[in-house]
Amino acid sequence: MLRTLRKAPLSAKIGMIVIACYVLIAVFAGVIAPFGETEVVAYEFEPWGGDYLLGTDNLGRDTFSRLIYAARNTLGIAALATLLAFCVGGTLGLIAATIGGWTDQLLSRLVDVLMAIPALIFALLLLTILGPNLVNMIIVIALIDSTRVFRLTRAVAMNVVVMDFVEAAQVRGEGLGWIIRREILPNITAPLVAELGLRFCFVFLTISALSFLGLGIQPPAADWGSMVRESASLITFGDITPLLPAAAIGILTVSINMVVDWMLHMSSGLQD
Amino acid sequence: MSSDTLLRIRDLRIEAHVGDDWTEIVHGVDLDLRRSEVLGLIGESGAGKSTIGLAAMGYSRDGCRISGGSIDFDGIDLRAASERQLRHLKGSRIAYVAQSAAASFNPAHRLMWQHTEGPLIHKGIARHESEAEAIDLYRRLRLPNPEEIGFRYPHQVSGGQLQRAMTAMAMSCKPDLIIFDEPTTALDVTTQIEVLAAIRNVVREFGTAAIYITHDLAVVAQMADRIKVLLRGDDVEEAETAKMLAAPQEEYTKSLWAVRSFQTEARPADTAGDTPVVRVRNVTAGYGAVTVLKDINIDIHRGRTVAVVGESGSGKSTVARVITGLLAPSVGTVQFDGTDLAPSYKARPLEQLGRIQIIYQSADTALNAAQRVREIVGRPLELHQGLKGRAQEDRVRELLAEIDLDPDTYIDRYPGELSGGQKQRIGIARALAADPDFIICDEVTSALDQLVAEGILRLLKRLQETRNIAYLFITHDLATVRAIADDVVVMQSGEVVESAPREVMFTPPHHPYTELLLSSVPEMNAGWLDSVLKERDPESIGGGS
Repeated sequence: MLRTLRKAPLSAKIGMIVIACYVLIAVFAGVIAPFGETEVVAYEFEPWGGDYLLGTDNLGRDTFSRLIYAARNTLGIAALATLLAFCVGGTLGLIAATIGGWTDQLLSRLVDVLMAIPALIFALLLLTILGPNLVNMIIVIALIDSTRVFRLTRAVAMNVVVMDFVEAAQVRGEGLGWIIRREILPNITAPLVAELGLRFCFVFLTISALSFLGLGIQPPAADWGSMVRESASLITFGDITPLLPAAAIGILTVSINMVVDWMLHMSSGLQD
Repeated sequence: MSSDTLLRIRDLRIEAHVGDDWTEIVHGVDLDLRRSEVLGLIGESGAGKSTIGLAAMGYSRDGCRISGGSIDFDGIDLRAASERQLRHLKGSRIAYVAQSAAASFNPAHRLMWQHTEGPLIHKGIARHESEAEAIDLYRRLRLPNPEEIGFRYPHQVSGGQLQRAMTAMAMSCKPDLIIFDEPTTALDVTTQIEVLAAIRNVVREFGTAAIYITHDLAVVAQMADRIKVLLRGDDVEEAETAKMLAAPQEEYTKSLWAVRSFQTEARPADTAGDTPVVRVRNVTAGYGAVTVLKDINIDIHRGRTVAVVGESGSGKSTVARVITGLLAPSVGTVQFDGTDLAPSYKARPLEQLGRIQIIYQSADTALNAAQRVREIVGRPLELHQGLKGRAQEDRVRELLAEIDLDPDTYIDRYPGELSGGQKQRIGIARALAADPDFIICDEVTSALDQLVAEGILRLLKRLQETRNIAYLFITHDLATVRAIADDVVVMQSGEVVESAPREVMFTPPHHPYTELLLSSVPEMNAGWLDSVLKERDPESIGGGS
């Protein structure tokens, strides 16, 4: 494991270090941030420097502290939604591939219907109906992304299901649970892990997009997407503050992609 | 060098990238090829036959490099030649025929379009002009409907025809040298003989030099003027074909020759009163509207081996699927120990499932690459005999010892860390773990080298004697049948055409189809192909398939 990490290309190493920094900041937000998440500490739109490293926002809250707390909110929700999407989509995908026949047809067509609706519009629609709270947002995003996970899991699992060892397990009387967990899953972990990284990016971008549009993480909780929106007008005065949360989103996405690229490379068997 | 020598390779060394290092896999091989001569390269897998064959074109696979020696093709130093020069040579003066023609043709284009590409690129001959030559070649290679067959797509012709079309394509630029890399290994015996005859005729007519790579001694005896034996990247010996067959010098060569001598002693069938352990009764089965098996009857008695032979598509593997319950028959039943088995494996009790086991052809797909040997062999023990923990491990070790693998060395390995023969042995151990009365062996030796295959056959024989297991041996290889079967069932297009004990089956008179199968098996005798072709109506060769 350590050896594999050491042999990783430079881009993947940089990516891993950046991701580790984000996680540390998210976990220790309370310690690192100089002010509270929703604390009004000064007048609106204070300039950079002095007591407020990156100035204050439209309500007089410390921008630097909010950037740090936003890492916790955005990352936490994205992680939960991604995991939920994988549990649902992955399990159903494996079941569809292993049982086949009508079960597969039913699940696949259902997923086709869900995927036919543009993701962001579908999310906005569902959140408008259900109300934009945290639980609803996680469930809606997980539901939409689980369809993509389902498709991938089903496709890679189908390549394994046709192998003789699965047939051998079936005719020696193994149940569905064993075949899925012990025979198929260990053979498709590599593409699934790569997809996990990529999916996390998409979920995370969706959350930011929803927040920017006002249906995501609700004020006063800090979030990079809504922070861009709230301070967007500053751009016209030549202030680059709105670009900071945008950069936080961009850098993390790029870092995850660098690590995923390396994982995909390894899982495709191309060693050098 | 003399103008008579076309290809001269001296002290060829090739390295392969393994892990972080370069490991030498070909250790200084010399090779000479005269014009119009056919040289046979033989050896087991890993001998470096294909690697040397490719090096004769100045090419090395990804992850390999030519690290030493010289390759001289008709005065051109291939190691020093530029990419441009090499590209021109390949196709126009040197051609390559691969084992899998199906994988070598582009499925999106018609055969003719691909055939005429070489002349167009290398000689500037317009497509419609070289079409006439293509049709002539198709005729010489005895392809059916030579005027029309070139305008089909690769999937619209059979495997044997595709292999001949590929030979035609290799001939399209009238090359000086063709490299044949196991061109008939994937074909049935009856198809193989047609392809062999076609290749040999056309090579002789055009006076093309060829390197013929194969692991099948009997095939190389028909094709080559000279034979060169390789072992793990080293020269073993080289001689004229007749001399090599009559008096091999080296121990290794002798051992290759000796493999064909393994045979179990004949056992008379004294099973009149017994209930067969497995009885296939009047089974008709198929996929959807297609009927693959028609009214099949097979009896397998305890402790005996029944071989099912036939070409691909004869339905022999479908018999296995019906017995294991993977395919429910539309008519008829399968009996086990006198009682009817449920048509689908899903409805059979666990105890019954354990008593019927399968060993697969390809150990690569038969073993789960993500499980260790411990789990692969241990799981059936847990499932069928309830063995867990210490007791399970002890039993796994006993089984590994029984299949001649050292338990301490192999119990924690993954399948990827085993050789082909070892993987097949693990497949056998997994079947034994369920303590079966009956094992289906589906082409278990056809992916293995002869020496390794013989080891597997001997092991299966020994296990049968100690455990009194019945085998259903599905194979297309009549040499295997001759070695191990007690009873033989010959199948053709889903029907049993002949069924008899081995001695009866191999003694004339035969059923016409059995006769065709038997006479198509290459023999270790340089004149075999000629004599068979002479005996058969010449029109029948290449007319069918």
